[in-house]
Amino acid sequence: MNFIRWYGIVLAAALALAGCNKGTESAGASETVVKIGSAAPLTGPQSHLGQDNENGPRLAIDELNAQGLVIGGKKIHFELVSEDDQADPKTAAIVAQKLVDEGVAGVVGHLNSGTTRPGAKIYSDAGIPEITPSATATDLTHQGYKTLFRMLANDSRQGTALGQFALKSGAKRIAIIDDRTAYGQGLADQFAQVVTAGGATVVDREYVDDKKTEFRAVLTTIKGHDPDLVFYGGMDTQAGPMVRQMKTLGLKAQLLAGDGVRSEEFLKLAGAAGDGVIASTPGLPLDQMPDGPGFKQRFEAKYGTLQVYAPFAYDAVMTLAAAMKQADSTEPSQYLPALARIKREGVTGPIEFDANGDLKNGAVTIYQDKDGRWQTLEVFGAAGAGR
Amino acid sequence: MDILLQQIVNGLVAGSIYALVALGYTMVYGILGLINFAHGEVVMFGAMIALAVIQALVGTGIALPPAVIIGLGLLAAIPSCMLLGFAIERIAYRPLRHAPRLAPLITAIGMSIVLQNVAMIIWGRRYITFPALLPPGLHQFGSVVVTDLQIFIVLLALLLMAGLEWLVQRTSLGRAMRATSQNREIAGLMGININTVISATFIIGSALAAVAGVMVSAYYGIAHYYMGFMLGLKAFTAAVLGGIGNLRGAMLGGVLLGLIESLGAGYIGDLTGGVFGSNYQDVFAFFVLILVLVFRPSGLLGERLADRA
Repeated sequence: MNFIRWYGIVLAAALALAGCNKGTESAGASETVVKIGSAAPLTGPQSHLGQDNENGPRLAIDELNAQGLVIGGKKIHFELVSEDDQADPKTAAIVAQKLVDEGVAGVVGHLNSGTTRPGAKIYSDAGIPEITPSATATDLTHQGYKTLFRMLANDSRQGTALGQFALKSGAKRIAIIDDRTAYGQGLADQFAQVVTAGGATVVDREYVDDKKTEFRAVLTTIKGHDPDLVFYGGMDTQAGPMVRQMKTLGLKAQLLAGDGVRSEEFLKLAGAAGDGVIASTPGLPLDQMPDGPGFKQRFEAKYGTLQVYAPFAYDAVMTLAAAMKQADSTEPSQYLPALARIKREGVTGPIEFDANGDLKNGAVTIYQDKDGRWQTLEVFGAAGAGR
Repeated sequence: MDILLQQIVNGLVAGSIYALVALGYTMVYGILGLINFAHGEVVMFGAMIALAVIQALVGTGIALPPAVIIGLGLLAAIPSCMLLGFAIERIAYRPLRHAPRLAPLITAIGMSIVLQNVAMIIWGRRYITFPALLPPGLHQFGSVVVTDLQIFIVLLALLLMAGLEWLVQRTSLGRAMRATSQNREIAGLMGININTVISATFIIGSALAAVAGVMVSAYYGIAHYYMGFMLGLKAFTAAVLGGIGNLRGAMLGGVLLGLIESLGAGYIGDLTGGVFGSNYQDVFAFFVLILVLVFRPSGLLGERLADRA
């Protein structure tokens, strides 16, 4: 018995030590290592989106290291510390603290609005600048965190664009479903506000959660209210089965959704049933972005299919690095003011932040699923137009 | 009225699937007194294996009728799940046959986690889609829409449940199973090979699980490594609702749970005047379970069990 217990303790200790040493690349002798943190769901139903958020920064860091930036007189070697927050707010708080303890100089993340919220407080308390490439809930940047910035238009703009699009398309009876997450609920509420103010009627409001795949009960109830348009505030892994079930139930309304649905994964999950679905993404269409097609080529050569947010995550790292260069320092307290004032042209378009940390003049693009591909329908609020 | 009927149709289909999975839980509990938490993962493996075969067949481009492709998928999934169920019992539960009740319970939970992660390693974390093979045959009765697949699922489930009834009531294996579930030691003394009966129970339960897995992935169009967890939990709830250890109870409990969920999701908003929305569907289902257990602790069809020594 004693031998087994002793062996067990030694084994556990060895495993713990082995676990501590993961993820350290070796920098050259004269280089300073600067860590950039990334937090996104790398496992679970949204892992396909999370991998965009991890690989975009990887591509940026590889390019920056190849370039060999010199900041504060020292050659900088960037390193990515990538963590999995599983799209769960509780895990996100743990992951954020972990990144802070690792001593990262900046963070790209999180992916979801629900996970960015707890993380933002932790990074703000530590003074570490954070750029989210994908979290769109409006209230995130209104909490007073000086360190949080957003690389794309928020849900106020996205919900407004979607609402205006719906009204323009002549929809009068609208049913709204949301997945009760910070993102889905916020977007749906904004959309509801805009369409109601525009004279349409919200005939039904239903709720699901972000893990369900069975929607027939909710869709049957909606069918009973006979809507022209169904709006879904939620993610692609739900919207795929949802649109399939809409078709088999004979619910003929148009499905409209936000950026959580506008991914390559949705096209795969919905298949032929997804034809005609309309969804939006903040930002310009990839082919209208200043370096969209070029980025797509470089990214897909290394990492496979680009889902949605990779260019924004890439721009986030590049913007952090640019701010460090401008301030000539990698210390968060030193380069944060430079980041707040920065003005540069990224892959996704012009990058400049307002007083809250939101992107100035962020565009919103509306797409439609036609024959298994997303086609651009309309672009709202491109740079130059006022808020 | 049509909406109500549609909700009932939806509920019956989901309930049939729950019933098939609940049978696995109830059979194992009846014989071993063990809640096999890994059963949901057996369902998941059935779905994943069948999907892998189906996707491979579709990928080769050979023109086969959809029924044949799905049949081949089932043909691959059922024996694999039978083997898996047998292996789980031999590896995880048999060594603990005489251990205190807590040990196999925790082992079952551990087995469930192991299987989820093995599936994640083999098939990745993404959702896998069921290819568009099934004919989109819709039948309309008024404004109630029923698809061919829904009819097929309910009929197949009924067929399998009837088959199981026949097996348990009319064959010698069934008699041995009933005897073992009444009193394991005495059944052994009467000449029944307990190990064979227990293995047979797991094998039969896993075969049903495989079919249920294929049904779920066809009905919802997707499968992924985590799908067994919630499904297993709900099926276990259904088994308890009907009376755990009771076969007919599992069937009844499954169908009832499907109906309660469907009607709950559709009408909670109306019932509570908008205070609770349709996202409280699961809460509603479990609340009904609690109510039933308060008034009938051994479930709807459960007998008052005599105290076991």
